[in-house]
This record gives sequence, C-alpha cells and structure tokens, in this order.
Amino acid sequence: MAKLKKTLPRTSATDLPTAIPRKEASKRIVAACEPIYTDIVKKTRKPVMRFPVRSLANVKYDVKKGYFEILGRMVARTLTYNTVKTFAQSMRLLATTKNDLIDKDDIAGKREIYYNSKSWGECRFDEQPESDTLLDDIEAMLGVNREQLGYIPEERGGDVAGPLTVIDRSPSTGEKIRIDCSRLGSGAWSIPSRVEHLDFECKAKFILAIETSSLFQRLVHHMYYKKAGCVLVSMSGVPTRACRRFIRRLADHSKIPVLVFTDGDPYGYCNIYRTLKVGSGQSAHINRFFSVPQAQYLGVTPQDIIDYDLQDATHPLEDADIKRAKDALKNDPFIKHHKEWQQALEQMLKMGVRIEQQAFAKHGLNYVLDNYLPEKLKKKQFLP
Amino acid sequence: MAKKSTTETVTAETMATQQRDISVSEFFLKNRHLLGFDNPRKALLTTVKEAVDNSLDACEEAGILPEISVDIKQTGNNRFRIEVTDNGPGVVRAQIPKIFAKLLYGSKFHRLRMSRGQQGIGISAAGMYGQLTTGTSTRIRSRIQKAKKAHLIDVQIDTRKNAPTILLDEESDWLPEFNGTGPDGKPLTPVNYTHGTSVSIEMEAAYVRGRLSVDEYLKQCAIVNPHLQLHYRIAVSAKDIQESDSKESGAGEAQTGDWITLFRSVSKVPQQPGEIKPHPHGVELGMLMQMLKDTRIRTLRGALTQDFSRVSSKTALEICEKAGLSPKANPARIAHHEIEVLYKAIGDTKLMRPPTDCVSPIGEDQLISGLKKEINAEFYTAVTRQPSVYRGNPFLIEVALAYARESVDKSVTSDEPARVMRFANRVPLLYMAGACAMTKAITSVNWRNYDVSQPRGSLPVGPIVIAVHMASVWVPFTSESKEAIAHYPEIISEIGLAVQECGRRLATFLSREKRRFEADRKRNYIAMYIPHLALGLKQVLDLDDKQEKTVTSRLIKILERTHLDT
Repeated sequence: MAKLKKTLPRTSATDLPTAIPRKEASKRIVAACEPIYTDIVKKTRKPVMRFPVRSLANVKYDVKKGYFEILGRMVARTLTYNTVKTFAQSMRLLATTKNDLIDKDDIAGKREIYYNSKSWGECRFDEQPESDTLLDDIEAMLGVNREQLGYIPEERGGDVAGPLTVIDRSPSTGEKIRIDCSRLGSGAWSIPSRVEHLDFECKAKFILAIETSSLFQRLVHHMYYKKAGCVLVSMSGVPTRACRRFIRRLADHSKIPVLVFTDGDPYGYCNIYRTLKVGSGQSAHINRFFSVPQAQYLGVTPQDIIDYDLQDATHPLEDADIKRAKDALKNDPFIKHHKEWQQALEQMLKMGVRIEQQAFAKHGLNYVLDNYLPEKLKKKQFLP
Repeated sequence: MAKKSTTETVTAETMATQQRDISVSEFFLKNRHLLGFDNPRKALLTTVKEAVDNSLDACEEAGILPEISVDIKQTGNNRFRIEVTDNGPGVVRAQIPKIFAKLLYGSKFHRLRMSRGQQGIGISAAGMYGQLTTGTSTRIRSRIQKAKKAHLIDVQIDTRKNAPTILLDEESDWLPEFNGTGPDGKPLTPVNYTHGTSVSIEMEAAYVRGRLSVDEYLKQCAIVNPHLQLHYRIAVSAKDIQESDSKESGAGEAQTGDWITLFRSVSKVPQQPGEIKPHPHGVELGMLMQMLKDTRIRTLRGALTQDFSRVSSKTALEICEKAGLSPKANPARIAHHEIEVLYKAIGDTKLMRPPTDCVSPIGEDQLISGLKKEINAEFYTAVTRQPSVYRGNPFLIEVALAYARESVDKSVTSDEPARVMRFANRVPLLYMAGACAMTKAITSVNWRNYDVSQPRGSLPVGPIVIAVHMASVWVPFTSESKEAIAHYPEIISEIGLAVQECGRRLATFLSREKRRFEADRKRNYIAMYIPHLALGLKQVLDLDDKQEKTVTSRLIKILERTHLDT
C-alpha cells in the first residue's frame, strides 16, 4: 500500500470535551464517500480510501501536549481485485453507521455490528476481528472516535472508590443521580462505557490507578482512600478507553495528580502505564481524547526491589519480557524521550527479574499500605 | 577322485539313437507362450490379431479398401469358434495349405518392408493351437478376383514335418459377406464382395472383458487404421463372461451377439511403403553369410552394391580393400574366416543411413481423428517425427496425446496413471506394457515439467491418453508373440522426443486453462462484491437506482480491465 504524506487537521486535547456532534459525524461519512463516487462515475478510475497509519512509527511524543501525537503518514487503499471485499465491506459499514446508528440516534456494540453484517450475504464479516479492524480504519479515516459514532465498548471501564461524588443522569428521565464513591461499602463504582456526560465533586488530593483488582480490593477493604485522601481506580490490565477517559476527565476537572501503581515488569511499564499516559500507536488518531498526560509512575520500580529487599520474591524475566523491553528502548518514542525510563528498563534487564504488586506481602499482608505506599508518597520520587 | 560310478555310462552310440530333428512346429508346440498362446484368454486375442493383421496386409498390398468381419462364437465349455473374413485379393488354391498350415511360411520374412506380419508364423500357429486343443481343423474359404468359384479347404498341420495335411478340398459358390450395425442401431444391409478370404478356427479359449480384451484390440485397431471398416460380434454364454476388472465398462457391449461396426473415417488406402534392401549395418554375421551364399551376383563387389542398400561401387571397393579381399571374388566361395573379416570391415566403414521413404506414418491428423473416436477429450495433439535409424533399420515414431475432463469422459480419472496405447506398424500391442520401450520412454520423461504429476519412475498421473506408434521395416519385438518393443536407445530417444513435444503442448494448454480458470474466478469474485460496494455508496449518498447501476457497471469494467489481462 502506498504511503502518502498528508496532514490531518489537528485538534488540541482540550477543545474536544464532548467532541463532535452527531450531525457532524454524519457529514464526515458523506464527505468521505463523495470522492469515491466521483472517481468511479465521473473520472472512471479506481477509487481510493485514505487512512492515517496506525502504528508507533507514525506517532511523535509531543512533550508539550503530553501525549503521542499522530503524524501525517497515510495509507491509501485503492480498489483492486485484492481489496474489493474490504472496500465493499467498508462502504456497507459506513452506510450502516450513518443510517442505523447516527441518523437514528442508536447505539451498537462491536459484536452486534459483526452479527448485523450477517445479513449482507457474501459481503458479511467471517470473524469479529475483521469488523473490529474496519471499525478502527473508519474511526481513523473520519477522525472521530467510535463512541461518538454510536459504538459502545463491550468491556467494562474499571472500578472506582474514594472521596468522589459522580453526578450521572438517568437514561430515561435525564434526572441527576449522585453517586458517593466513599459510601459503597465493600464494593466499588463501575465506570460506564461512556463518560462524557458525567460531572464530579471531588475532595481527593490525587488519583491512584492500580493494575490488579486484588490489590484494589485490599486497599478498599482497609479504606486506604480515606487515610491517604485519594480516589482509587482499578484498571485490570491495560485500561479501557472509558477508564482512560474517566481518569483524564476527573484529573482535568479536579486539577489533581494521577499516580500509577502496576506490576514491576515491561508490560506494566510500557503497555499499561505508557498507554494510560500518552496513548498507543494503534489508537494514535484518538490519543488526544484518551491520554492522561498528568500521570506519574509510582511503582513497582526495579530500584524498589532492592530498597524493599524483595529479591527473593521476584520471577526471572521471560523471553517475551526481554523482547518487549528491548523493543521499547529501541522504538517507543515515549521511552526514548525519558532517560529515567531507559535507566529503569536497563536496570530491570540487568537484574533479569520482574516483580508483582502483591510481592510486598512477603513483609506482611498490609505492608504495602502501611509502609510502601506512604513512604513512596512521602519521597515523591516518581518516574515521569 | 570320485568313486567309480555304478550307473551305466551312456555311449555316444546310444546317445545317437535319441538324437533327431526337431521340427519347428514341435518346438513351438512346447513353447507356445513365445507365440502368444500361453493361456486360453490370450489365445483368443492372438488368433484374432494374427488373422486381422494378415487381412489388412493383404488388402493394402492389393490396394483394396479393407472391410473385415470378426465373428466369435462360443461353441462349448471354454470352446470358441473364431471366423475372420476380409475382402482382400484372396489366396490362390495352391498356396492356401502352406500359408495356413506351415509355420515360417510367408512373403514377409525375406524382404524389408513395413508390414504388420513379419515372420509367417502367426495364423498357422493359431490353427495349430486350435488343432491341439480341440482336434479340429482350420477351414479356409477364398475367392480370388474374377474367379468363377471359391475354394473351401480344411487343413491341419503335421507337427513333425511342419507341413500341411489337407482334409477337405472343394469348390464352392461362397462370396465374402459383411453384416453390421448402423449408427442408428439398426442392422446394415449385408454387403457381398467378389473376392476375399475367410479363416475359421475352433479352439480352447476364454473371453474376458477389459483392457486386454478382443474388443479393446479391435477398437485400437480402428484408431490406427482409419481406412478400415470393421464389423465384429462376440456371442458368449452369459455365465462365461469374466470380468477382468470391475470398474471397466463399455468394453463388452458385443457379448450380446449383435454386430458392432466401427466405420472407416478415411476412404483412401494408405500409400504402400517401398521395399528396401538390408542396410549393411543392420545385418548380423550369420545373415551376411547366408546372403553371400545365396546371391546371384558373381562378384563380391557386385553383391555388396546390389544386395544391400547404401553401398556404392566405390564404397564396396573400400570395404573389399579393408577386408583384404578381391572385389572380383566369387561371393559364394568366400571362406568363413574371411567373411568375419569382411563383417568387421563393413562395421568400420562409414555408410549413408538407409533410405527412410520406406516407412510411412499414419499422420498427425489421422492419429488425432482416431483418438477422437476413442476418447472425448478437451485437448488433442500429435507429433510425427522424421524417420530415424536403429541398427540399420529405418523407423519412425508418432505420438498422440489427449487430455480429457473426468466429468466429460468417464474412461479417464485424474488420480490414475495415464492410459498408454501402443502400436507397431498399425498393430495394437496390448500385453507386456511394462517391458516395452514405449512405456520406458514415457516414464523417462519428466512430466512434472509439464504440470502433470508423476510418481518417481512411473507413468504420469492424470486424465491423459497417450498413443505411441512405431513404423519400421523391422520392428524389434522382444519375443515372437510381438507384444513389446525392444529397448534400443535410438528408439527410446525418438519416442522420448515426440512425447516431450506433446508434453510441451499439453503444458501450454494446461497453463492457458489455468489462466482462464483463474480469470473466471477473479471475475466472479469481483462481480460478487461490487454490488455491495455500490449499495453502500447508494445508502450513504442517497443515490437512485440508476446511479447505483452505473457505479456497479463502471467498477466491474475498471477492475476487469486491470485484473483480467488474458
């Protein structure tokens, strides 16, 4: 596929709070299809669809904005024998998106759209990944994130507990609903798949985003958020779009810092933390909505393993870990920008071990909230 | 030393009492497999084959368009009467007993000329086999052109003397008559000729269907003799039909006893190939001695120039000098050891290759039209090579190849070896395919080059029929039953070259087919998705039906232009 140099109209992170109105999205779809029609009927030539390249190679770490900004590299998908099926599917997907979702103000899950295509005859998607990929293409082509096109994510956003009141609205009446996240007992509040309409009242000093839900539950059980004055968010691995957007909106709204606590391994650093803070290559076209530039990394750092005498609670790095770390050092614009992260990864490679959040249980089940977290917060030595 | 033997020693005198002449007939009686009579099933085929060969040779030599009928009737348990009738020139009364009841009597052995029969054994051997297994005699009816009466003769062979015994000899009003079935399935009006010969032999035999059947032989015979009109019927009692292989079909329609006619497709007798004298390089020492002894020429130099081909007066002199013999020597008086020197001198002398106008091909077009009778294929090709020479004998190779679709012709399958039909001087060879130079040449070709699969060292696999024809003044068979051609490198190489040419043409055809198939596939694929693309555009842009149709037709045109460049 030919790669074209063309710049996308850039929008800064702040001017898109509730993003594009539905009418505008509908117009963009029509605008994308018109040149295709012109190519075919008026110019009698093969039509072309253009998308920004979605990979780390087509992003730049914009330090001022604080996230991965997409560069102008484009992929052109010309209609050929090989692309005719995908091309036809794209057209039908665009038509469905416009006519059934946007114009009718309806929503659909990715899997529902996959099943919806089963009525398209031989043009149907055989597997869901096919429709997911096309959806990503369309999202990038239109410069609109799919939530705004009416697509709802299947996965849950994440769990929240702490001194925060979320103000939601009833889907039927529009009546305000207040949720006090400090009064949910042993449970937590789930981030909904769409968070643009939420409002907040927040007295917390910072947000603590946690990788594993087991550690989250320990902190909730002992009401750590009260003691530390923070909002706890459980991400369960790489945070979903809704989770990232929620943290971003809450942090922007309350002007409080975001601290991230993950397993001490290349996946925790380069996938979970990096994606939360600056976005990913794959979703480069929408990073401006979903990144959390104010995030800082609390732990577990390789140095923590030494400082907290946890050498015997580690696991050797696996081949995949080593590959991931080396790859990040070589290709990840975020890691390449920050010396501290390079040192951390080098140190980890040298030690040859990784560590889990739960490893602090070596010194006692509650050592992590009685000693580790307070000490780290006091020292304020976070990774960027 | 061994102990003195107690058994009586046989003296030369006692041995002499047991030593006597072995007649050729007796020899062949004990070695009947050499002549193709090893089992009842093969005996039937060999008899038909020998009779038909003789009839065709006779007709062609006399310039008559051949019409032959083969009538096979079961007369008892394992007993059949075989009657073959032709419209040939007939046989004069005096020759009949010798031709049909004396082994090694014939017109073809002593001259080098392309013909079906060679040695003059076949039909007499068939009669002898009949006589041996049933005790009956061979009945011959013959009427020569413009004769008032036909002859009816019953003969047997005296196996000791290799001489005919006449049991019945009378005149009759017989006329050869031919019955047949038209393409519409109705019987044809019987046809009579004023000349012809019929031979009838009863023997122990068995009828078996399949690739080695009489039916197969006759069909192949029609393929390579497009000028032959052939009628045959096989009346077998139902319980005696043996299946050779169960999947075989179509080969045995004739067992109902109805006449089947294989019509001629060419109404011209093939040009009679010329006769040549032996080429010195093709003559063995013994043969050379015999020829010099028998020659009527008085000088050695004269004998060499006149009894052999391609020996000029100058070359003859050169041979004589090399051998240290006088050119004027009397050829009949040359001593044994001198002939050996002469033989060597001939071998050392460079000679022109023998003339090749003495072998006549069937022809590429006629081979293909013959194959078309047998197989309904998508692709036919044929190659007739220029004549070549092995051991002083001119020969010529022709190969025809047909590629069928399994769905069209049920007689071929894509997962079985190709079917090979072998012919020598227009005679089908059915037995001993594995020992034949033709099979060897076909398996030696690398068929994978032509996009045809081939297990190592085997025939190619696929819906393919290959017909190979060798025409020669002397076809080198591996045995007297004339079933397989000997492995002369020159012959194998010529067959290989012809087969390779056919293979290359097949590869061209196959790749064209493949491209067309691929283009069809692409066309269908494009035509499947374009309407969806148009529908999507229609829904987004609110196009009307006419605009949608324009999008579809334009796109199909655009894509076919760039992707279907065939």
